[in-house]
Amino acid sequence: MSSYRLPNLGLVSRDTPVSFTFDGKPMQGLQGDTLASALLANGRMLVGRSFKYHRPRGILTAGAAEPNALVTIGHGGRTEPNTRATMQELYEGLEAQSQNRWPSLDFDLGALNGILSPFLGAGFYYKTFMWPAPLWEKLYEPIIRKAAGLGKASYEADPDAYEKSWAHCDLLVIGAGPTGLAAALTAGRAGARVILLDEGSLPGGSLLFETAMIDGKAAAQFARDTSDELRSMPNVRFMMRTTAFGWYDGNVFGAVERVQKHVREPVPSLPVERLWRIATKKALLASGAEERPLVFGGNDRPGVMMASAMRAYLNRYGVAPGRATAIFTTNDSGYTLARDLEAAGVDVAAIVDSRPAAGVDYRGKARLIREAVVCGVTGRKAISAIEVHRGDRTESIAVDALAMAGGFDPIIHLACHRGGRPVWSAEKTAFLAPGSLNGLEVAGGAAATSGLAACLGEGIAQAQAALEGVGLRCPPMDLPKVEGDDAAYSSNPLWSIPGVKDKAFIDFQNDVHLKDIGLAVREGYGHVELAKRYTTTGMATDQGKLSNVNAIGLIAKARGVSPAEVGTTTFRPFYTPVSFGALTGAHAGHHFQPVRKSPLHDWAKKHGAVFVETGLWYRSAWFPKSGERSWRESVEREVLNVRKNAGLCDVSMLGKIELSGSDAAEFLNRVYCNAFLKLPVGKARYGLMLREDGFIYDDGTTSRLAENRFFMTTTTAYAAGVMNHLEFCAQVLWPELDVRLASVTDQWAQMAVAGPKARMILQKIVDDDISDAAFPFLAAKEVSLFGGALHGCLFRISFSGELAYEIAVPAGYGESVADALLDAGKDHGIMPYGVETLSVLRIEKGHVTHNEINGTVVPADLGFGKMVSATKLDFIGKAMLQREGLAASGRPQLVGVVPIDPKHSFRSGSHILAKGAEATLENDEGYVTSSAYSPHVGSTIALALVHNGQSRHGEEVLVWSGLHGESTPARLCHPVFFDPQNERLHV
Amino acid sequence: MASLVPCPNCGRRPKEEFTIKGAALSRPGADADSENWFDYVYLRDNPRGAYEEYWHHTSGCRRWLVVMRDTLTHEVAACRDATDGSRSERRK
Repeated sequence: MSSYRLPNLGLVSRDTPVSFTFDGKPMQGLQGDTLASALLANGRMLVGRSFKYHRPRGILTAGAAEPNALVTIGHGGRTEPNTRATMQELYEGLEAQSQNRWPSLDFDLGALNGILSPFLGAGFYYKTFMWPAPLWEKLYEPIIRKAAGLGKASYEADPDAYEKSWAHCDLLVIGAGPTGLAAALTAGRAGARVILLDEGSLPGGSLLFETAMIDGKAAAQFARDTSDELRSMPNVRFMMRTTAFGWYDGNVFGAVERVQKHVREPVPSLPVERLWRIATKKALLASGAEERPLVFGGNDRPGVMMASAMRAYLNRYGVAPGRATAIFTTNDSGYTLARDLEAAGVDVAAIVDSRPAAGVDYRGKARLIREAVVCGVTGRKAISAIEVHRGDRTESIAVDALAMAGGFDPIIHLACHRGGRPVWSAEKTAFLAPGSLNGLEVAGGAAATSGLAACLGEGIAQAQAALEGVGLRCPPMDLPKVEGDDAAYSSNPLWSIPGVKDKAFIDFQNDVHLKDIGLAVREGYGHVELAKRYTTTGMATDQGKLSNVNAIGLIAKARGVSPAEVGTTTFRPFYTPVSFGALTGAHAGHHFQPVRKSPLHDWAKKHGAVFVETGLWYRSAWFPKSGERSWRESVEREVLNVRKNAGLCDVSMLGKIELSGSDAAEFLNRVYCNAFLKLPVGKARYGLMLREDGFIYDDGTTSRLAENRFFMTTTTAYAAGVMNHLEFCAQVLWPELDVRLASVTDQWAQMAVAGPKARMILQKIVDDDISDAAFPFLAAKEVSLFGGALHGCLFRISFSGELAYEIAVPAGYGESVADALLDAGKDHGIMPYGVETLSVLRIEKGHVTHNEINGTVVPADLGFGKMVSATKLDFIGKAMLQREGLAASGRPQLVGVVPIDPKHSFRSGSHILAKGAEATLENDEGYVTSSAYSPHVGSTIALALVHNGQSRHGEEVLVWSGLHGESTPARLCHPVFFDPQNERLHV
Repeated sequence: MASLVPCPNCGRRPKEEFTIKGAALSRPGADADSENWFDYVYLRDNPRGAYEEYWHHTSGCRRWLVVMRDTLTHEVAACRDATDGSRSERRK
C-alpha cells in the first residue's frame, strides 16, 4: 500500500465518485479515472501475474503500450479478457478480474515457475520437451499452455452490435496531442475536410499532464479550447476513443472507434465498436513517442514505472506513486518529473543519472547520484529499496516507487505498415520512420522532435504542407507562445547495466529477459528475426511496443555492431489488438451471409417442404406426407408419381440470362461449343460451354424467343460465374458484337411440370395450343395464360425424361401460378416434388450435373463428343480441346453402375476398382459421382467417371469406400437406366 | 483491409467490389498455333513492378477493366474500361 490519491491535483472530477470492483473487492475511483489510475489511487500496486514465470506485476505505463496490467472486464457474453487497465475508462459498476493466477493474485501457485526458471529460458520448448516425442501433444503442451496464459475468452455469445463505416477526408491527423491539435486546427481553419482521431478519452495527449503554459493558459486548458474550436467546425470530424491501427493501400487507414466501451450498459441502438476505413488524400502521423524502459534486475516489480507514466498519474489523475520515490534517468526528462513530484509534495529520495552531467540545473531536495545506475530492487510484490551501482560500489536506498526514464522511441508503426523499414538515427539514438512516404508525413514526438513549442510548430507546418499538396491554401497561423517548455534534450541509450543479478526484463508481457537475448545470440539466433522467434520477444499482444528497441540494442551490443545493422522486425497491422466483433461488423448471426429464397419459397413451405441449403439458396428437398416415416419414403412416392402422373418442381434458382442484339446468335455460337447460329425462333437447345482450356464449364438450355432475343439458363451454382464470363466475352473478347446481357434470375418464377399428364394439366392454364404437333419437344415461346390475364414463357424441355415443360412467370405471380397448376392437376394426381426427386429422375436418365461436370472432363468424356461443332471457325475452348491428351485412351468417361446384388448399395465418392484388384488408392480407376435408389430399377443406381468407361459396359468391378470400410461388387453399364429410346419425351 | 480502385465509370471504389481475372492478355486468333494458345491459357509472367490485369467491377458498373497495378507496392497507376479503344477500332 504505497500509491495514493493526492488532494487536489489533476483533471479527475473530485465530486463524482465511481464504484467498481477488482477481483470482487469493492473500490472507489473518480470520474475521469482509468482503471489503472483508480487502482493506484486505491493503493493497489500488484495487478497481475506474468505470462511465464507468474511474477507479480504492477502498472508500468499510462497508455496503449501497457504490457503488465491486463485484466478481464465484464462478465457473460460481455467478458473482455486482456483489457489494458491503462486504457479502460472507469465507469460505475465496472467489474475487473486479474488474470493468470491461481488460486489468487496474492498467492499464486504458478509462481513456482519462477523457481523452475533455469529450465524455462529461451528455446526451452525445443530443448526440454524433445523426448519422448509422443508426450509433447498429450502431456507437455497442455500443461505448458495451462500454466502460461492470458485471460480466458467467454463461450457465451456477444450480445452487442458492431458496425463498419467509410470516411473520406483531405487530411487525416492521427493523434490529438500538441502536434495533432495544432495540425488539425491549421487545416480546419483553412477549410479542409479534416478527420482528427485519438485513442484516448480526452484530447490533448501529453498536454493533459504538461505543466507548461501555452498562450498564457495551462496546457490542458489550451487542449480543451482547441478541441472546442475544432468541434465547432463543420469540416472537421473529431473522433475520440478511436485507434488508427493500420495503414493500407491507396492511403486508406483502418481505425476502430470504441463507441460504448466506457459505459456499464451499452445503448442497444448504437454499436459498441465501429470499424472505420478512412480514405484520405494526406495523413499526418502525430502519434508521439514511447518511453524506453531500462533493463535492470527486477525492473518488472510492482512500484517500478515509466517516468512519463508517473508524471501522467501525478498531473492528470492526481495520484502519487508512493511515499518515497526515486528516478533512474538517462536524460533530462527525469528532472521534470522530480520537479513535479516535489511540487505535489511527494518525496523524491534520489535521482540516479547515468550521465556525468545533466543538461538542466536541478535545485530540488532529492539526492543527485551521477554516473550511476539502478542495478536491482528489493521486494517481490512491491519494491522496498533500490540498489544503486556507482563505480564499484553498490548502495541500497529505501523507496516504494521508482521511475525509469530511458529516452524516447517515436511511435512509427503505421508509417511502416506498407513495407517501409524504420531507419536508425545515430543523432536521435532512435529508429525513425522511413523517408518519402507517399501520402503520409510524420510530425512531433513521432518524428523524434522534443519540446512543446517545436511540436506545435511542426504540426502547423506539416498541415500547411499537406494542404498545399492537395491544392488548398492555408492562411498564416501564429505559433502559440509556450512558457516553461522543456528544452530539447538528447540521450545516450543505456542498453546494458552493470551489476545486474535478478532477472532484467526486456519484454515484460512475454517474460523475455536479458539472459534470453544473450543465449539467442550465443546459440546462433542473433539475426533480429530469429532472435524474435527464439526468445518470443515482441510477440505478445503489445507487439513489443516497449521491448523491441531494447532487444535490438542488446543484440547489437552482443554482436558488437550498431543497431542500424541489426535492423528491426516487420511492423504489421494491428497497432493494438482489434476485437473480432469489430472486424466482423454486422455480419454475425442471421446476417453472416444472405439467404436466397425462391419466389416459390412460401408456396413450398405451405406444402410442407423440407428445405436444403445449396449455396445461398434454400431449395425444397422433398415434400413429406403424413404417415411417411423417412425421406426415402417421400422421395420414392414423388419419383413414382412423376413417372405415373405428374409432378411440379421449383426450378427458379437456375441462372437466367436474357441476351439481345443483332449479333446475339453469333455471340452464343462463340460461347457454346455446339452450334447456335441457326437455332430457329421458337426453339430451345441444350448447350455446353467450355473453358478456354477445353474442359466443360457449364451447361443449360438456351431458347430463341425472337430473331435477336434469347433466353439462357445456367446451372444454379454457376449462375453468377457464367454471367461474369459472358460479360468478359462481350466486353473484352468481342466488343465489336452487338449483344446486350441482362441477368433475369430473380425476375422469373420457373416451374418444371413433368409426367405423362403434364400437358393435360398445363393446357388448363395455357391459352395457346400446346399439343405435340403445335408445341413439340424443344419448343419454346412466350405464351398467354388464364385467358390473357398473364404472360409467361413455356419451354418443352425435360430433365426427368418425361413429357415435361418448364414454365416461367413473373416472380410475383409464382405462388399463384403454382397453386393454379396444383388445382388444375388435382384430378390427375399432380404432386409437388423437390430436388431429391429431381436428382433421382435425372440419374435414372443419365443426365449430368456439376457432380459430373467437375472441371476434369471434356465433352467426349460425358458422351457429348458429337455435339462439339467441327465446322465453327472459333468458340471458347476450341483450340485447346484439340490437344491429343484430351482424346487419348484412359480418360475418365461417364458410365452407369449398379450393384450385382440389388440389396446392396454404395455411396457417391466411392472408388471404382477392377474386379479382384487389391483395395488401394493406387488401383483406383475412377469414382462414383452421383448415386440414388431408383424405384424403377429396384436398386441403387449410380453414375461414375471411370477410365475408358464407355468401352467397359458389362464389366464387373468393386465399388470401394476406404473411409467407410465398404466394398460392393457392382457392374458397369450404360448410363441411361430408364427409357433409353426417349420415347416418353415425345408423346 | 482496404484499397481503392479508380474505376473509370464509378470513381474510387473499395477492391472488395471487384473480381480479378488475372493478366490482361489478348486472346490468340482462331488460327493461332498451339504454342500461342498454350502461352495464353497457362503461362504467366510474375513481374516485380507494373502489371496489367483484368478486373471486373462485379458489384458496381459490371464492366471489365484493365488495371495497371504495381505488384510490389499495389499502387494502381491506371485503370481503363477494357472495351475502350478496341470497339471503334475493331468496328472498321
